[in-house]
Amino acid sequence: MIVTRNLVRTYVKGDVVTPVLKGIDFEAQEGEFVAIMGRSGAGKSTFLYQMSLLDDPTSGEIVIGGHDTHHMSAQQKMKFRLEKFGYVFQDYALLPDLTAIENVALPLLMQGLDRIEAYTKAGDSLGRINLGHRLYSLPSQLSGGEQQRVSIARAVAHSPKILFADEPTANLDNISSRAVMDIFLDLHKQGQTIIMVTHEEEYAKLAQKLIHLDDGKVISSVQHPTMRDVKDAEKPI
Amino acid sequence: MLSPLNYRIGFFLAIRQIRRASLWTTGLIIFVMVLTFLNLVVVSGILVGLIQGSINAWRSEYTSDVIISTLDDKKYIENSTNLLELIKSIPGIESVSARYSEGGTLEANYKTRKDTDKANVAAAQIFGINPSDEQSATGLGDKIFEGSYLTSGDYDKVLLGYFLLSQYVPVDDPNLAALKNVGVGDKIRINVNGVIREVTVKGIIKSKVDGLTRNAFMLDSQFRSMIGRNDGNVDQIVMKLSPHADPINVRDALTLHGVDQYAKVQTYADAQPKFLKDIINTFNMLGAAFGSIGLIVASITIFIVVFINALTRRKYIGIMKGIGIHGRAVEISYVFQSAFYALFGSGIGLVLLYGLLVPAFIAHPIDFPFSDGILVAPLSDTLFRVGLLVFATLVAGYIPAWMIIRKNTLDSILGRN
Repeated sequence: MIVTRNLVRTYVKGDVVTPVLKGIDFEAQEGEFVAIMGRSGAGKSTFLYQMSLLDDPTSGEIVIGGHDTHHMSAQQKMKFRLEKFGYVFQDYALLPDLTAIENVALPLLMQGLDRIEAYTKAGDSLGRINLGHRLYSLPSQLSGGEQQRVSIARAVAHSPKILFADEPTANLDNISSRAVMDIFLDLHKQGQTIIMVTHEEEYAKLAQKLIHLDDGKVISSVQHPTMRDVKDAEKPI
Repeated sequence: MLSPLNYRIGFFLAIRQIRRASLWTTGLIIFVMVLTFLNLVVVSGILVGLIQGSINAWRSEYTSDVIISTLDDKKYIENSTNLLELIKSIPGIESVSARYSEGGTLEANYKTRKDTDKANVAAAQIFGINPSDEQSATGLGDKIFEGSYLTSGDYDKVLLGYFLLSQYVPVDDPNLAALKNVGVGDKIRINVNGVIREVTVKGIIKSKVDGLTRNAFMLDSQFRSMIGRNDGNVDQIVMKLSPHADPINVRDALTLHGVDQYAKVQTYADAQPKFLKDIINTFNMLGAAFGSIGLIVASITIFIVVFINALTRRKYIGIMKGIGIHGRAVEISYVFQSAFYALFGSGIGLVLLYGLLVPAFIAHPIDFPFSDGILVAPLSDTLFRVGLLVFATLVAGYIPAWMIIRKNTLDSILGRN
């Protein structure tokens, strides 16, 4: 489903060269729920941005659903992100001028759905995560947990091939975090591919596969991780 | 990519940003646009209006809509009688006034003057008119501010332009000699080519039209005998047209009949002094210059507003691009917002202009020494300026949006420079 080969990302600013990813080989199958862990600065988020085509690697290959993304133009990548991916960001990333339903409907409208169809789908998506009563609330009128749920509704409303989540529970309290993870597990049960960066052990162990990154490299990959695997992933090397 | 979808999304975003923006900010931007619109239209409109007021007065009080006058090398209009008959057959002419005209001198206080005293005289152009015809064509009677207008039986009576009387002349200029101590009811002597007649001042004319302020008017029948013109040939014929008749058509019809062979046929516009046309062109240029400055200020204002708006929303712009919203759609949303500000501002400006300012200037013209200044704002010119304002605003809104949107998506999301 998604494969990276010898993925390298190096940031250059003036004379300062910062290698962040140093040749990552990775594979996730369709329907898999993958958690990526590692200490701060290990390159987790950078790796997620490469896979989700938000950033271009310095070298290496990313193949998604059989498409080699290296040769895609910026426009093709944008279209790919719109149609095939869903994103959940740490800080919810909702547009402040749009209501919950408008935030969710926006990518659907961009895909060419008419207004009624887009709003119906957006309303259904919000209803599935128990936000049917908050359709017309602005982000500023929602709690952090509600905003993150709207963000998830936006990410999955168009049934993406892959859902990328970058620290989705980092800004939430325990109850809200649990609710978000329950949604992820439900989506996973329905066959949704999820790639999630997290530093929270409790939620990482819920994933089907655990990738442990350190210093820009994958140092372990574990199927059906136990709490011990998770704790190991968080330990400094 | 200028696809309809990008316009649709751009409109979707723009409407919501405007609807949920601070009322104060939106109000302030629209206020700036209204001021810019008024600066564009009103400044030049008043400048041109000062002269237009003069032209309007020249037309309504002196030349009327079409004027036939003596050729430069002739003493009077030949075949005047036949010409007046011809005029009656031209459609669209509402009223006609034929005038006799000669230069002469006016003298006052001649009975009490000692031989050693300087004569109390003033030079003037003297007109012989039919009072009722002249009233119909130019409303001369409405300009009497002391005394009264002539009637058909007013022999030995005269109307004087107020600049012929020293008490009304604003400057003491030897070239503008005026009669001293003369008012309504006083007797003066008129001397035309050596023919002298004593007349009584019946009324004083006040106007801002030069053609009236230094002229004297008396009955045509009496003046005709003074100048010895018994053949019916006159010096000027002015014609007032019905409201929908075009002066150009009437001029052309007269020319077609060969009138231009023995007289000068002009519309009111043809008869305007050249200096007035030159002043209008100059004022138009000045108005355009002031308007351009206003346009630049408005463009910079919109640029700054959109730039700050887009800069503070850079993260959200990045997120939109990240989730697949086309950058062009976001750019278009800012262009729509700019268009909204420009159109709304111009709309309010149009209402203020045609609903308030133009009627106010018509009711209360600016009192300038040489004209009653009005506000000239033809709809076609105004709409052109609205188009100019909207275009400048769209460009000013697009550029900053484009500058922010072209930045790297991930850098925008993460707030990196």
